[in-house]
Amino acid sequence: MLSRVAESLYWIGRYVERAEDISRLLDVHVHALIEDPWIDSVAAATDLMGVMGMTSEPNELDTGSLAHRLSFKRGDASSIAGAIIAARENARGVREALSSELWEALNATYHSLAAHENAAARQGPAPFFRYVKERAAVIGGLLDATMPRDDGWRFLVLGRSLERVDMTTRLLWSRAGQPGTSSGWAGLLQSCSAHEAYLRTYHAAIEPERVVEFLVLDRLFPRSVYAALVQAEACLNDLDPSSGRSGLVDASRRLLGRARTDLEFRTRQEMLDDLPEMLDMLQRSVGAAGDALSERYFHQGMALSWRAEADA
Amino acid sequence: MPPQPSSPSATDLFHGYRLQEHGAYDELFRAVGDPWPSSASLYEALRSLSTEDLDGRSVALARAFRDQGITFSLSGEERPFPLDLVPRMVDAQEWETIERGVSQRVRTLEAFLADIHGVGEVLNEGIVPRRVVMSSTAHSRAGHGVVPANGVRVHVSGVDLVRDEEGTFRVLEDNLRTPSGVSYVMENRRAMTRVFPELFATHRVRPVAHYPELLLAALRAAAPRDVDEPVVVVLTPGVYNSAYFEHSLLARMMGVELVEGRDLTVRDDVVWMRTTYGEQRVDVVYRRIDDDFLDPVHFRPDSLVGCPGLLNAARAGHVTIANAVGNGVADDKLLYTYVPELVRYYLGEEPILPNVDTYRCEDPEASAHVIANLDTLVLKPVDGSGGKGLVIGPQATDEELATLKKAVLADPRGWIAQRVVQISTSPTQVGNKLAPRHVDLRPFAVNDGEKVTVLPGGLTRVALPEGSLVVNSSQGGGSKDTWVLASAADTDTEGDDGRPPLLPPPATRQQPKDGPGVGDQQQQQQQQQGRSSC
Repeated sequence: MLSRVAESLYWIGRYVERAEDISRLLDVHVHALIEDPWIDSVAAATDLMGVMGMTSEPNELDTGSLAHRLSFKRGDASSIAGAIIAARENARGVREALSSELWEALNATYHSLAAHENAAARQGPAPFFRYVKERAAVIGGLLDATMPRDDGWRFLVLGRSLERVDMTTRLLWSRAGQPGTSSGWAGLLQSCSAHEAYLRTYHAAIEPERVVEFLVLDRLFPRSVYAALVQAEACLNDLDPSSGRSGLVDASRRLLGRARTDLEFRTRQEMLDDLPEMLDMLQRSVGAAGDALSERYFHQGMALSWRAEADA
Repeated sequence: MPPQPSSPSATDLFHGYRLQEHGAYDELFRAVGDPWPSSASLYEALRSLSTEDLDGRSVALARAFRDQGITFSLSGEERPFPLDLVPRMVDAQEWETIERGVSQRVRTLEAFLADIHGVGEVLNEGIVPRRVVMSSTAHSRAGHGVVPANGVRVHVSGVDLVRDEEGTFRVLEDNLRTPSGVSYVMENRRAMTRVFPELFATHRVRPVAHYPELLLAALRAAAPRDVDEPVVVVLTPGVYNSAYFEHSLLARMMGVELVEGRDLTVRDDVVWMRTTYGEQRVDVVYRRIDDDFLDPVHFRPDSLVGCPGLLNAARAGHVTIANAVGNGVADDKLLYTYVPELVRYYLGEEPILPNVDTYRCEDPEASAHVIANLDTLVLKPVDGSGGKGLVIGPQATDEELATLKKAVLADPRGWIAQRVVQISTSPTQVGNKLAPRHVDLRPFAVNDGEKVTVLPGGLTRVALPEGSLVVNSSQGGGSKDTWVLASAADTDTEGDDGRPPLLPPPATRQQPKDGPGVGDQQQQQQQQQGRSSC
């Protein structure tokens, strides 16, 4: 597979997952604010921006403008619309590597953005968040049903998995940094579609340490950090089946494997005690793994420029 | 008994349809309400449609095209490629002529290219004046020294045809460089079978979907080295090129990589592409980049889309570039005027498809006539493609004619003049009615070295403004699905390889098994409920 194509596929995976996760995050955040009359909405908005790695002027944003900023800002891949546009732009350049259905799903999603932005201005953003989640499900379903499990699929799923680790970490951060109400933690679970799964697993009320444990370490829930890391490792392993019998050659796999084992054998209490360090470690690992991946698979020769005459 | 011709009623889609005053041939009607025999069933099917029907279908079509990304960009905005819902018919007999004529033309121009890249007999014998070749802007030394592996330089060609007032197909121009549009032939057909399935029930239309197979076979046949599976790539300028959709479709349907210049690298005259498993050797480059931008070492040094060193690799015989470099010299519009002579010279045959009557402005006598009659002729720059720089005398302003006169006098070699052909019309959706619009036809031919195959159909382009004779899509044109009808005797179905079926016809199979949730349980639970509520 062409390096350029592999890189685009990886980023399509990341952007689609990102659009979905921001929708999930905002959906819960916006509606929690509406339901809870005591929350300081400006502070909450500023916090959320911080978690997304963006700065805002103090008091600049309230819930409405935050939702709009994170939903519709074009030209910024940290917004939902921006991520969808970026995913589609990448897909346009590698159409021959995607199934037609998958391409069409991405393209149709892109084309309906404007209509949804108009509708959101009139009816509020909830239908838009729902729409994005549904489209992401369609895209995920087509990925599952129409793509052969070759390297193309692996790069797509790899991108999706790494983005999921990154975004779930951010979600945890957004919650853990705030005063603990159980409705807030329930909201966090909902934003990961994990509320019912949590209840069925623990048969118990919402407790912060269990929520963290579930979202980080649950072996069976597909949106947990652990599950995403395992999936990413599996993709990397399949991409390079020739790796030697002793010692790991692939840097990104080593980074992810190390992060996973670090999580895997922690107790619930240890996890909670070191929460900030652990989240930080996860984000750094994902970032470094992405760099290693790029170094190994996507690296292009230096762009050359040609001129008519050589300089004397 | 066949239905009697009748003039269309007011609710009819054909209401107000009038044949052109200038005597253009109409593809559907002999006279309004009286279709040509081969079009009778199409006419009947269209008449039964209501305005809403037509509207609904064209909206569905535009949406499907947009979602699939079958678009072209017009001033930065993506528009669905305009497909008109009324197909253009070519009957079996007409097609047979076109097929033989196009093949003849391609074989002639192949022979001509081989000749001028070799000894140049045709120039020595004065069939074509040497200056015509030497003065062509497309003529470059770069094409010399490349010996095509299987003798083919024109792997893919598109020959533009028009139908004159008498209904005769004539060649308007040859496209031997990187003709585009074949993706629309395939996609138009796919869309039409979905939007207008009932029309296909009453017609036997020859399929076009096997084009990528033809192309791949021809490209593989052109590979320079003797390997089992030559590596073919499609080279595109990139995603912002207006024909990108086509490049991507062809790569996808051939199952080969779509590469950009930056994906390729040349070392020791061997072309490699960068993949996630290191570099892979490339044997055939189906390039959709113009000569000028193909290789910054030989052509424009500022080209960022090309691949440095590609041409040297081709000269060394390590890679095949398709279509070959330097083909432009054979589709130059001045050379066009010599093609009928070339057919006789190389093949010893009479041309099957005539040219449009053309004056060479470089010939002083012809030039004087042209200058005196600018307002009745069509003037074309010899190296323009896509309708660029073309002036239609009768539709030009005095100012435009004055500028044109200066241009022709300054550079007579740069221009040819043609009679204004009232090219044929076909019913086309305009608002909520059908009206006549001028159309042309570009059939596509693939040469694999053994045989020139012409894809049955081709791209019919439509000039959408009323009365306009310029059909180029970059000038706001539309397109139509082109139907070549199979003759009654034609049993040679495309794609049938003559192999027997893998299985005998199926005997009756068992029905799929049912699990819980069918019937009984629901009923019982409802009964239970009913009882407990008593």
